[in-house]
Amino acid sequence: MTDKKPKSLLYLDGVSVSFDGFKALNSLSFIVEPGELRAIIGPNGAGKTTMMDIITGKTRPDEGEVFFKGDIDLTRKDEAEIAQLGIGRKFQKPTVFESHTVWDNLELALNRHRGVFATLFYRLTGEDKNRIEEILSTVRLTARRDDLAANLSHGQKQWLEIGMLLAQEPELLLVDEPVAGMTDAETAETALLLKEIARTRSVVVVEHDMGFIRDLGVKVTCLAEGSVLAEGSIDFVSNDPTVIENYLGR
Amino acid sequence: MITSFLIKSLDRTIVIAVATLLALAILVPALNLLTAPDHPLHVPTYLVSLFGKYLTYALLALALDLVWGFCGILSLGHAAFFALGGYAMGMYLMRQIGARGSYGNPLLPDFMVFLNWKELPWFWYGFDMFWFAALMVVLVPGLIAFVFGWFAFRSRVNGVYLSIITQAMTYALLLAFFRNDMGFGGNNGLTDFKDILGFNIQADGTRAALFAASALALAVFLVITSGIVRSKFGKVLVALRDAESRTRFLGYRVEHMKLFAFTVSAMMAGIAGALYVPQVGIINPGEFEPGNSIEVVIWTAVGGRGTLIGPIIGAILVNGGKSIFTAAFPEFWLFALGGLFVLVTLFLPKGVVGTAQQHVSRRRAYREARGDKDAGLPAAEPMAAE
Repeated sequence: MTDKKPKSLLYLDGVSVSFDGFKALNSLSFIVEPGELRAIIGPNGAGKTTMMDIITGKTRPDEGEVFFKGDIDLTRKDEAEIAQLGIGRKFQKPTVFESHTVWDNLELALNRHRGVFATLFYRLTGEDKNRIEEILSTVRLTARRDDLAANLSHGQKQWLEIGMLLAQEPELLLVDEPVAGMTDAETAETALLLKEIARTRSVVVVEHDMGFIRDLGVKVTCLAEGSVLAEGSIDFVSNDPTVIENYLGR
Repeated sequence: MITSFLIKSLDRTIVIAVATLLALAILVPALNLLTAPDHPLHVPTYLVSLFGKYLTYALLALALDLVWGFCGILSLGHAAFFALGGYAMGMYLMRQIGARGSYGNPLLPDFMVFLNWKELPWFWYGFDMFWFAALMVVLVPGLIAFVFGWFAFRSRVNGVYLSIITQAMTYALLLAFFRNDMGFGGNNGLTDFKDILGFNIQADGTRAALFAASALALAVFLVITSGIVRSKFGKVLVALRDAESRTRFLGYRVEHMKLFAFTVSAMMAGIAGALYVPQVGIINPGEFEPGNSIEVVIWTAVGGRGTLIGPIIGAILVNGGKSIFTAAFPEFWLFALGGLFVLVTLFLPKGVVGTAQQHVSRRRAYREARGDKDAGLPAAEPMAAE
């Protein structure tokens, strides 16, 4: 496995973490290649969200290695540093900045210098303006650019959040349940949007909606009890007897 | 860079407020100094000092609003920074007394002679020079806020826990400054000031100048604060107030942002304290009283936190009320203040200014909705129905 380390974008090896004796992750190993779109499924409590917490620096693993782009040790960095390295994350619940306008939400997410003085004396350049307008049209929110994010519908908030991730220009995007609470039409559009995004970067999607994962048509990893149960195409994984027993059957 | 920062800071309310403050800075001293005492428009000197005091309170409330209203840090220790700035100014004023004290010692302030001290403690050096004292007015509160914030924000102390340790900080300073051997005059504090910059501190002209300086300082910091909250940095502050961990995942160093806002705010509070002391003529450890810091929170809440004009209006309203109330029914003031806080929290959660702004924007939305209907377009239900 070590020979894969330099080539892979994200490399997790033997990662374990426990909370009050409960093993949320049990020597999880997992690799994402550059430009890959990967879906992760698994029952509740399988460790999907904990895995994202570890990659983004919110939780420190008890043991194991986490490397980004071959040699950047993510276990030694905090959330802000990891975000600046180019790992974006979308949460299960849409979290946009409700007291800011749609435009300001994107301006804040834009991948620019994020220090105190850089932001204090920041001026919106033509380049940044074009970029924000481009993202607004990608996520279909141009008409609502001056509205407060609080006034968007649930689906629109999800899209605004995806737009913020685009503005961040990450190399690796972690997306937690992007279609929860969306209508079928919105779900199909989101699948298209994610495939579009994955053309230029790696994306890891956690989702329960099997139809949505089928739409994506990508390699699937099934987690259970903190480690990888099966990995492969959706048909391969959904026919795996242990997956059926642990997840699909229930 | 700086100019764009300043231009961005000016919107209509800020321009009006700054213009009002500048007009007051000229008008009040003029009416005090240039009119005869029996003239109907004459402003007596005691009122000049009283209003000057309110303006320094307003600056303190504005400082608190920057961290509480825009950054979500409920500091219950801001009066400590105010008092530290006040002490720095008080030390300068003490050194100006020179040999005119009761004991006639040219170097040592009276209380040191009384305590049988033979030489000036090292931390009193330099305070005979105004520029040094002025520097300390900003540096001491700023440094304490920086060190305090460095540890608190790095350890991600938030919400009510942070509020409690700010109370503990001001209480610790209260106890420290009460001690005679600290070298700040113990429970009597610093008083009996004579001169400031060579002018008699009791003279009408000096009082009027101090008032004008307070109004000017408030105007300047209103523009600076407005520039801060309107910059992208200000947007980050509001973002982290509403969703701190999301802001981290966007790559912002939340602790640096908070630390900067907290330090700037403490410096503003220090300047307010330095303008307060010569106008009231005394600084003592009572200013560190935890209750004082809580009062600042009430002024800000009454005026409207998260608005810039709100805390200024709140500080003046509540303190004006306090002056009238404590003269009429001194024993009921604390009940009135507590009641006011409860009422504002229940019925005016956005404060006086916030509620007024909301009203204006709702009426505008209502009018727009009606306008749309007139034009024959399908309009949303009028907002004012809420």
